[in-house]
Amino acid sequence: MNVLFFASLREQLQCAQTQVPDLPCGSTVRELMQHLVARGEPWSSAFADARVLAAVNQEMVSLDTPVQAGDEVAFFPPVTGG
Amino acid sequence: MIRIQEQDFDIQTETQALRAADAQTGALCCFTGLVRAFGDRTDLAGLFLEHYPGMTEKSLEAIVAQAKSRWSVQEVRVIHRIGTLMLGEQIVFVGVSSAHRQAAFAACEFIMDYLKVQAPFWKKELIRDGTQHWVDAKQSDDQRASRWDSDQSFGADDQG
Repeated sequence: MNVLFFASLREQLQCAQTQVPDLPCGSTVRELMQHLVARGEPWSSAFADARVLAAVNQEMVSLDTPVQAGDEVAFFPPVTGG
Repeated sequence: MIRIQEQDFDIQTETQALRAADAQTGALCCFTGLVRAFGDRTDLAGLFLEHYPGMTEKSLEAIVAQAKSRWSVQEVRVIHRIGTLMLGEQIVFVGVSSAHRQAAFAACEFIMDYLKVQAPFWKKELIRDGTQHWVDAKQSDDQRASRWDSDQSFGADDQG
């Protein structure tokens, strides 16, 4: 699964994208996040911010949304365009 | 029509493109956002804008579709610039045409309010001393967007 990071989160992680092995069937975005946090620093600090948002296949989703093999998942801070 | 681009845009050209060919347009409402000298800090030199390619376009298309389902609008044009923008430069353009002014005013403001809280763009302030920092999302922007859900009077598509 390809996971993308944007803006301050990308800078904090010094990582724009990473490959994650497929998670067990029925896993959620929150479980994917926990999988990344388990990598230790800087992942654990970066995801400690409760305001991290997620998108699955380029649609904003809640952390309870299931993810499956082949999905494009992205994590980013609250948006500030306009 | 939705465009994400580094280069500047010309308001006159965009406004002209909003007019229906058959003179059915009675109202044009256009918003242009500019890089202002003060943001979270006061000593700005400019902004850097990052976006999520693909999702940004999808998100803006969904916002425009919502506006079109809510108000009788004819054309909608949204342009958002990315990259480095200096003080005074144009950042964003939202233009709406309709038969009557109320739909154009409302749809233009709705699109801008939703763009601020849903479209995946992130601003970084470039400070004169060479430092940079990411702009924090504003709670007031969430409040502005959510009033479109709560206040039914904003949804009325009156003639005018």
